[in-house]
Amino acid sequence: MKETQPPRQLTRFINWLFAPHLREQILGDLQERYIRRVKVQGEASARRRYWLEALAYMRPAFIKRQKSEYPSTVFYNPDMIHNYFKIAFRNLSNNKGYSAINIGGLAVGMGVAMLIGLWVYDELSFNKYHKNYDRIAVILQNEDILGEKQTWKSLPFPFINELKANYGENFKHIVASTQTGGSLLTVGEKQVTKTGQFVEPDGPEMLSLEMVSGSWAGLQQQQSILLSESTAKALFGDSDPMNQIVQMDTDKNAKVTGVYKDISQNSEFHNLQFLSTWQYFLATNAYMAQKKWDNHALWIYVEIKPETSFDKATAAIRNSELNVIRHIENMKEEAGYNPQMWLNRMSNWHLYSNFKNGVADQGPVQYVWLVGVIGFFVLLLACINFMNLSTARSAKRAKEVGIRKAVGSLRGQLIGQFFSESFIVVIISFLIALTLVYISLSWFNDLAAKQMLIPWTNLYFWMFNLVFISITGVLAGIYPALYLTSFQPVRVLKGATVHLGRFASLPRKILVSMQFTVSITLVICTLIVYNQVQFAKNRPVGYSRDGLMMVSMQTEFFEKADVLQSELKNTGVVSEVALSQSPTTGAWSTNNGFTWRGNEMGTDEFASLSISPEYAKTVGLEFIAGRNFSKEYASDSTGFVINETAARLMGFNRQQVAEAVGFPVRWKSKWMTGDIRKQFKVLGVVKDMIMDSPFEKVKPTAFMLFGNPNWINIKLRPQVATSVALPKIAAVFKRFSPSRPFEYQFADLEYDAKFRSEERIGKLTSFFASLAIFISCLGLFGLASFVAEQRKKEIGIRKVLGASLVNLWVMLSRDFLFLATIGFTVATPLACYFLNTWLAKYDYRAELSWWIFAATGAGALVITLVTVSFQSLKAALLDPVKSLRSE
Amino acid sequence: MRRSDLGEFEEVVLLAVAALSPNAYTVAIAEEIERETGNVVTSGAVHAAMQRLEQKGYLRSVWGEATAERGGRRKRLYTVTALGGRILEESRAVRNRFWDRIMPAIRLEWS
Repeated sequence: MKETQPPRQLTRFINWLFAPHLREQILGDLQERYIRRVKVQGEASARRRYWLEALAYMRPAFIKRQKSEYPSTVFYNPDMIHNYFKIAFRNLSNNKGYSAINIGGLAVGMGVAMLIGLWVYDELSFNKYHKNYDRIAVILQNEDILGEKQTWKSLPFPFINELKANYGENFKHIVASTQTGGSLLTVGEKQVTKTGQFVEPDGPEMLSLEMVSGSWAGLQQQQSILLSESTAKALFGDSDPMNQIVQMDTDKNAKVTGVYKDISQNSEFHNLQFLSTWQYFLATNAYMAQKKWDNHALWIYVEIKPETSFDKATAAIRNSELNVIRHIENMKEEAGYNPQMWLNRMSNWHLYSNFKNGVADQGPVQYVWLVGVIGFFVLLLACINFMNLSTARSAKRAKEVGIRKAVGSLRGQLIGQFFSESFIVVIISFLIALTLVYISLSWFNDLAAKQMLIPWTNLYFWMFNLVFISITGVLAGIYPALYLTSFQPVRVLKGATVHLGRFASLPRKILVSMQFTVSITLVICTLIVYNQVQFAKNRPVGYSRDGLMMVSMQTEFFEKADVLQSELKNTGVVSEVALSQSPTTGAWSTNNGFTWRGNEMGTDEFASLSISPEYAKTVGLEFIAGRNFSKEYASDSTGFVINETAARLMGFNRQQVAEAVGFPVRWKSKWMTGDIRKQFKVLGVVKDMIMDSPFEKVKPTAFMLFGNPNWINIKLRPQVATSVALPKIAAVFKRFSPSRPFEYQFADLEYDAKFRSEERIGKLTSFFASLAIFISCLGLFGLASFVAEQRKKEIGIRKVLGASLVNLWVMLSRDFLFLATIGFTVATPLACYFLNTWLAKYDYRAELSWWIFAATGAGALVITLVTVSFQSLKAALLDPVKSLRSE
Repeated sequence: MRRSDLGEFEEVVLLAVAALSPNAYTVAIAEEIERETGNVVTSGAVHAAMQRLEQKGYLRSVWGEATAERGGRRKRLYTVTALGGRILEESRAVRNRFWDRIMPAIRLEWS
């Protein structure tokens, strides 16, 4: 008889539609009736009947799926969850080495990312302490000088009245202020030097100070002062400071009308330790009010009205100064510089602190980006490792999956199990990371010069962590969860190895070479930063810093300078004393207007420093031509001692410097020569001195005898200990100025401070680089041991067939070396690009030298070899009998 | 006896199972009822009724042997439980009592 079959499509549909536990019976019944009908009534009729029969089954009772006797709800069954935890912990403790590497690596990466996140957050929230952050600005002035836009913060005194009278409608508050400066505060016996500003009465309200006592209106009275909490504590201890009198410096007495909470470290005003009134400052500094448009001395902060914007307000005041000074006879020259006023909003102050072409441009925001990117990469490395190791390890668990499936696990349960495992590991790492951050935060604060705290109560912090944990957990768990659970138990258990395919290891290889790229880039960066700092440190300084003390002279010393000098020498601990304008470690006074034969423009900016003749000996200037000033020749008052750079500018190169002696130079300066062109003569040439940043070009410098030296340079006798010398010197100063604390600087310390920001970058990058290396090594180590484990049998067979130890070692290490090489190849141009940009901002810089790259490359290879060799040698030394016996 | 416990079709099916036991399975019952009543009975209707009966505890079922007719699928064989038997007897007794009370004269008038 011909085999007939019921309509196949319908059968398939029924098979899909009806509940699994009823399918066999239903289909069997349908088929049986069909076959019988075919025999009795013929196929056509049977087919028709088949449809009707099928239709009769269309009722919920057949379609509804059977509830399992054993509930399979993966996530709610406490026993199963208990079991997942148990298996997860067993797995972790069975492979202690892997677990430690995995958890430790991820924890370190997370910790670093958290630290960096905190730092970036801190930087981005700079100044947000002030409630009116969005509306506060400082007024700046642009001037076109020699084809370049220069930006100044100091504004002319009459401008404040001009602004208030004619442009006040744009602003809610206009607050003129002195520059931040130190003042000596005295209450009874107690004396402290604190930095503060003299501001107009609106200041406290504009800055939204948090008042502990008193109110924002505290500066209405001319002779009043607001103290920060710590200043009040220092002056008054626990007694109530309100309405007490504080003496400021020697000439001012003010009543305390309020105490405010110390301003957050995270603010431009963090060192504002007291606030007094602008009016009081004017009253006690009469010269200020007489200043005209040509002298820039004050700062102006404004808060714009809510309805306007910075751009609108800027447009309104843009020509406010120009419109006035173009009508003033003696200001024609300055008007030619086209002074333009503009508002620099508070959000720019910190992050965009450099000015280029008259707008805020770059600044610390570059570091925020740089460090943020580095942090991201370190985290990425850790995650890559984590995923790499967990996926590599999971292949070993294929059998476990097979058995679980055989005893009845549903796929959903297995997926849940693998995910919960990866989440457990991620959460453990997170907790460790949190602990690490907690422990290392104070150290990191030192390094980054910050005062950061873990924001335990910040919702965003926790949300961020949650998101991060989820992403890492899912990424790490997704491979075993989805791929491994799809295996057929029969195939896995029969011993068929899990076939990962030819390209299965490709992503892993890409990830590892990416790790190499990041670590090698970081290492190159670190080396080059250090190289640059070292290069600048080795730069010839041109004077001797040892035992050189610098003291700023206050006004009361000026007449008594000679006596002071001889008194200091009489102490017996001092070998030389000299006066100078600005300290040796900073050329603070620059002027132009120097002209000579062949250069009548006078546009070159010279550091022009007046000194006393002893200066050269005190700081150890090295003459390469001519002689020092001498008190014996009266004519030396029209002489210059210049540095090499100045000599070169005048047309004398190294061989010709001797000819520079006697070279006539004319100088016309508003401040120094009374705006009259005077004739000078070069007396001597000294070697270049690094007075400013050691990374910049040396300024052409001219020393002269006239002028107002305001610093005392003291050279201690080398055989006298500093601790012995200091009290004696302090005593002399105390005699001359009893009311003032003795403050001094040491040239070597000040000089070292010039490297601080570069050294900080160096420390930060080396910190990150070492972490990156550490994390990569962990990953490498784990992966190498995994590969060795996987190829155990292969190695055994090779050994049996006669492979030598070296053969095997090379075979196992080669792959990793190849990856390291790829990483190096990618990292080199990358690092080159970044560092060229970074180095470009230094005038005095070490060029990128090939040995740094060579050293890094060699180092990377060596580290890779060492890391990998441990595992590959261990595998190669294994007795083949052992590895081949089983199975 | 609660009337709702046993529908008319259910009762027929239950009786059929008892009659065909131990070879009662869906198709056989459907065909048997068809033969006895002359109406077309789908196996789906029978299956559904037996499902309900099984839930009520009047039937129990086990897998039987597979036959080629069924495409190699197993039958599900049904037997009446003790409870099912008592229910059948009860319903029969109720009917019998009523039958006994119907006077023979009236019975004659129907025909």
